Amino acid sequence: MNAIAHSPHAHAPISVNRVMALVMLALTPATLFGFWLYGWPAINVWVMSLLAALLGEALVLRLQQRAVRPVLMDGSGLLTAWLLALSLPPWAPWWIAVLGSLFAVIISKQLYGGLGQNPFNPAMAARVMLLISFPMEMTTWVAPAPLGSIHAPGWLEGLAVTFTGSQVDGMASASLLGHVKTEFTRGIGLEQALSGYYAPLDALLGSRAGSLGETAALFLLAGGLFLMFKRIITWHAPVAMLIGVVVPALIFSAVSPAHYAGPLYHLLSGGLMLGAFFIITDPVTSPNTATGQFIFGLGCGLLTWIIRTWGGYPEGVAFAVMLMNAATPIIDHYVKPRIYGRNRKGVSMSIEPLKKES
Amino acid sequence: MKLFKLRGGVHPEGWKGLAAERAIRVLPLPERLFVPLQQHVGAPAQPLIKVGEHVLKGQIIGASQGFISAPVHASTSGRIVAIGDYTAAHPSGLAAPTVTIESDGEDRWLETDSPSDPFSLLPEEIAAAVGAAGIVGLGGATFPSAVKLNLSRKNNVRTLIINGGECEPYITCDDRLMRERASDIIEGVRLIRYAVGAVDVMVGIEENKPAALASMRAAAAGTEVQVIAVPAMYPMGWDKQMIRALTGREVPADGRSADIGVLVHNVATAYAVRDAVRFGRPLVSRLVTVSGGAVAEPGNLEVPIGTLVETLFQYCGGFSEKPARMVLGGPMMGIELFTAAVPVVKGTSGVLALTAREIGSTQASPCIRCSSCVRACPVGLLPLEMAAHIRAGDSNAAVSRGLKDCIACGCCSFVCPSHIPLVHYFNFAKGELMEQERGKLKQEATRKLADERIARTQRIERERQEAAEKRKAAREAREFAAKQAALQTTTEVA
Repeated sequence: MNAIAHSPHAHAPISVNRVMALVMLALTPATLFGFWLYGWPAINVWVMSLLAALLGEALVLRLQQRAVRPVLMDGSGLLTAWLLALSLPPWAPWWIAVLGSLFAVIISKQLYGGLGQNPFNPAMAARVMLLISFPMEMTTWVAPAPLGSIHAPGWLEGLAVTFTGSQVDGMASASLLGHVKTEFTRGIGLEQALSGYYAPLDALLGSRAGSLGETAALFLLAGGLFLMFKRIITWHAPVAMLIGVVVPALIFSAVSPAHYAGPLYHLLSGGLMLGAFFIITDPVTSPNTATGQFIFGLGCGLLTWIIRTWGGYPEGVAFAVMLMNAATPIIDHYVKPRIYGRNRKGVSMSIEPLKKES
Repeated sequence: MKLFKLRGGVHPEGWKGLAAERAIRVLPLPERLFVPLQQHVGAPAQPLIKVGEHVLKGQIIGASQGFISAPVHASTSGRIVAIGDYTAAHPSGLAAPTVTIESDGEDRWLETDSPSDPFSLLPEEIAAAVGAAGIVGLGGATFPSAVKLNLSRKNNVRTLIINGGECEPYITCDDRLMRERASDIIEGVRLIRYAVGAVDVMVGIEENKPAALASMRAAAAGTEVQVIAVPAMYPMGWDKQMIRALTGREVPADGRSADIGVLVHNVATAYAVRDAVRFGRPLVSRLVTVSGGAVAEPGNLEVPIGTLVETLFQYCGGFSEKPARMVLGGPMMGIELFTAAVPVVKGTSGVLALTAREIGSTQASPCIRCSSCVRACPVGLLPLEMAAHIRAGDSNAAVSRGLKDCIACGCCSFVCPSHIPLVHYFNFAKGELMEQERGKLKQEATRKLADERIARTQRIERERQEAAEKRKAAREAREFAAKQAALQTTTEVA
């Protein structure tokens, strides 16, 4: 007896693998830029993250006695590890990458039931775990040293940085957000803190200290636009997140420029661009409706700005995303599309008797 | 004209090119026709003929039963050889009551009187003629058209919309009809307008059918009928979507289009109305698109109702390769056929033989909550949430999220990257709800019977007692009378 095939008997040329592959493709320019900017150690971190995710997920699936191949092939674990790697300091030790990846795929994803079931963005949950547990390793930044330049470590030197924790002199640097926060605590005003430290053009091009893949604002923007063009993501969440950061930055910097940085500074620093286009657009952990996604993005942006401005940490994207992930079920509960022929409350539109034409 | 904004919808690969340029061909008369008695929404028709009887083309063979029903007519002249069960066009492969006609090869029409000017008829006479001709919604809904006409006239419908959307991929029969027989359609449209007393008449045609638009515009020139291009998107042919596009209004969820003063008919229905009213010819044939990657020569055929689907495939050169799936209707909402030995019915717009490549993968994986289904749903539902509740065995939760508003258009399943058979879930849950409702009705009926029984036994008991008391009273009265009489006698003696 054949199983009855239900309509529709046609399908759009789309699959989970394809979605994941397109997102990875969109991430590639920013990633390659990060590799070039920070050299061999960055490549090592990326490779270790992906390997650990594959092995960790395979192990858990084996323990659950589920088929390993189809799950690994869907690409979601790889993408999670990729996003995590982009949010790590480029010269982070190997075990940071491995621990983060294992946490992301095993604890943040598979323990909740696997793909589609996790309430929190696995990459951000892993990053927050690492940041809280290993603040030293997670906030040690390096100045850009493009591959081939004099300061760039060679391949062997790169391995030494990643696997033995050897330091290269004169490379340590602070991220812009971290630097400003430190200067604020020393009572130094914004203008002075920024002088000689912040060049918007460099920031736009990504040539600054920061996480592996978060600095290339233009490449991230291009990747995001590509995903919108391919209809993998919509504009709602990213645009809302940028608004959520820009609007308060604009208002506060206008009122008190000495204490609050302007919108451009916020847009081009930290993980905002990566977060807006690649993290909060994660379908699993964001709301279902366009309006819901807009609210979600707005919340992510506002919380990011609040944490950056008044919080204990210099950067707030990961925390903001996790907080809004927690709010997703509530947003989905209240924001629903209106059903045809019904009002917003789900009640049928009234049937008025038609008047007879006289 | 300004069109109104629509929600959701998808743009499936059209595959219309396979058959769109093939002119309508009349299928040679098959030897046997298998005419089911139920080809419409509502009560099945009651057979009026006996086995062995000779019938003429257009002769009524099944009478309409009840308010929502439609008669069935002989699709050719010949002898009735069987009245009984025959495999129906349904995925279950179950049989349904069917009249088998052996053609006498003459294809002779029953002579009928027809009016010289159909517009001289009264509106209700037109509706009656449409009802007698067994016309049902030919877009696929197969709702008896006369019922809609009468309802619309009573509701003072102002706007008549003729649906030339034909948004299902592959299907081109309405497209061909509009290209080749536009003036007949327009006459049918004007008859419907007259029958319901509508003021505005709009024909909505998807903009991907420029030839049909041009020929319909030419035919409508100088009449009150407006021909309007609507966006090409699925499901544009959903009547409520067409209403929204052309009028900007929505049909209330608990109501009908007549409640907002709109009546929608399909172009093929309008064509059939003209045949019925002008020539007194009932609905005994229709246009069917035969298409799909596995069909050697796709095309559009004019087919007598009751022709077997396999005959259509044979006439179109058979299969160029073994089809992976045969489908009755379009690929978005059609049903799978396990055998081609089933008859074409009034609602059959197409028969498809699809290759595996056209169908695409059907291996389901977990939902990633991408909400593509939410964006695609033309109704405004949350398919992913509904499916999750149904999977968890909670159909009622799916109802509170709008399951009953689902039109099973298939947009959600079509776009799902995880290939989850969402419509399958929804139809399963709808079936379950029907079962529940039936159970509830049965329970209520049982309780009612039990209550009645108790009331009956009580009544009988009461009546018995009353009768006994009456008898007692009568006996006492008799005894008393006897005593009196005896006393009197005694007195008299004394």
